[in-house]
Amino acid sequence: MTAKVVTVASGKGGVGKTTSVANIAVALASRGQKVTCIDGDIGLRNLDVILGLENRIVYDLVDVIEGRCRLRQAMIRDKRLPELYLIPAAQTRDKSAVSPSDMVRLCDELRPEVDWILIDSPAGIERGFKNAIAASDRVLVLTNPEVSAVRDADRVIGILDAEGKGPASLIINRLNPAMVRRGDMLSVEDVLDLLAIELIGIVPEDENIIVASNRGQPLAFDGKIKAGLAFQNIARRLMGEKVPFIDLEPQNVFQRLLGRK
Amino acid sequence: MGEKSSLIQIKGIRDGLLVTLTGADWPELVAAFIENIESRAAFFQGGRVVLDVGSQDLRVAELSKLRDDLSERGVSLWAVLSESKLTERTAQNLGLATRLSKPHLSEAIAKAEQTLPEGAAKWVKGPIRSGAKIDYDGNVVVMGDVNSGAEIIAGGSVIVWGRLRGVVHAGAQGDQTAVVCALELAPTQLRIAGEIAISPKKQAKPQPEVARLQDGQLEAEPWHAGTGR
Repeated sequence: MTAKVVTVASGKGGVGKTTSVANIAVALASRGQKVTCIDGDIGLRNLDVILGLENRIVYDLVDVIEGRCRLRQAMIRDKRLPELYLIPAAQTRDKSAVSPSDMVRLCDELRPEVDWILIDSPAGIERGFKNAIAASDRVLVLTNPEVSAVRDADRVIGILDAEGKGPASLIINRLNPAMVRRGDMLSVEDVLDLLAIELIGIVPEDENIIVASNRGQPLAFDGKIKAGLAFQNIARRLMGEKVPFIDLEPQNVFQRLLGRK
Repeated sequence: MGEKSSLIQIKGIRDGLLVTLTGADWPELVAAFIENIESRAAFFQGGRVVLDVGSQDLRVAELSKLRDDLSERGVSLWAVLSESKLTERTAQNLGLATRLSKPHLSEAIAKAEQTLPEGAAKWVKGPIRSGAKIDYDGNVVVMGDVNSGAEIIAGGSVIVWGRLRGVVHAGAQGDQTAVVCALELAPTQLRIAGEIAISPKKQAKPQPEVARLQDGQLEAEPWHAGTGR
């Protein structure tokens, strides 16, 4: 096995990086892939909460890098999906505890063991972001259909190109089709037009995401919810499948209003 | 005639060394050149030489002797540039090139030096993304979009073959004749020389526009083919 290292980055905070990593990881693992997530947000860790693994942390990323434990010991196994692991971030340290070369070494050690290494990048374009992309083979740039998020995504794409990590792929998260129809939100076309990179996923806005995050039960476990399905499709596209984008047109809004079935 | 070394000009070019021999009789020039090579053998060793002999008329005997003299010293002569038809034909007979890949080199350099301020342009492939900054003394041409959050600062004019949405400053050193044109002119901020303007509301149907300073006012006009503007 030689893992592919995939980093999810956005520049702007709060657009849904951590949620996306958790969901893509769950979706990949439920397709029989062996996946390890690494929380790159040292000092502000969240991925453990969203994956529902918070109370099982003993060792973390910094412990591995500083040699206090072996890599294996820091990998928390998900009980629901035995092929899913998490390496949590340290909460009591900051980004400077890790260097880009540490990340490269760590991922190289991990590569033979798994199919996918998903790295959750912190917001920003500084050290934490540089750490998160250092080892990556592929970067998924996440944005929301709003001007500020798109501008930050643009900046991140520029940096990735400059560092030879391009071309990145784009996930548009939290799209509200009704708002787009009213002309109150940037459409998928608007965003693509601006960023000019390949699209790998469109995730509709969904209240269930928040519930799922709070419960530590990512939506991708449940393919019936559209947002969950969207993440499953991203996972399939990562695996090389050609999957059409989900239809977010009016008839579906009715279904949403009538309660999902 | 001054010192012998002043008869010879040596310049490194892409194709090797360009040696210009002018201002004296051929035998004197050759002697000076050979002396120069011998005094700096390491520098010339294995070198490829292009000879510029100006308007000297040279025959096969003269040129082939020089070629042999050079090759004895580890220098290969591969081209001869001359304004003289006779010399050119001689060189061709000896199988030497009479032209570099570009037009006559010294002329090309002289021309470039004369026209540099307005002729030179920096060519940039787009998109220019947020956070990127292009700063250039001359004109700037961007092939692609300039996204918001990007900055272009040019001493001359700016041409964007795409959508211009970032900040652009033409004539940054005070050139009031500088212009900014784009297929869609919607910069966050437009500056020409000392004037600053903010783009008006987005147009429903974008069209190519040219912005320039007119009587101290920044004005943008649609560009129409054939108006000569």
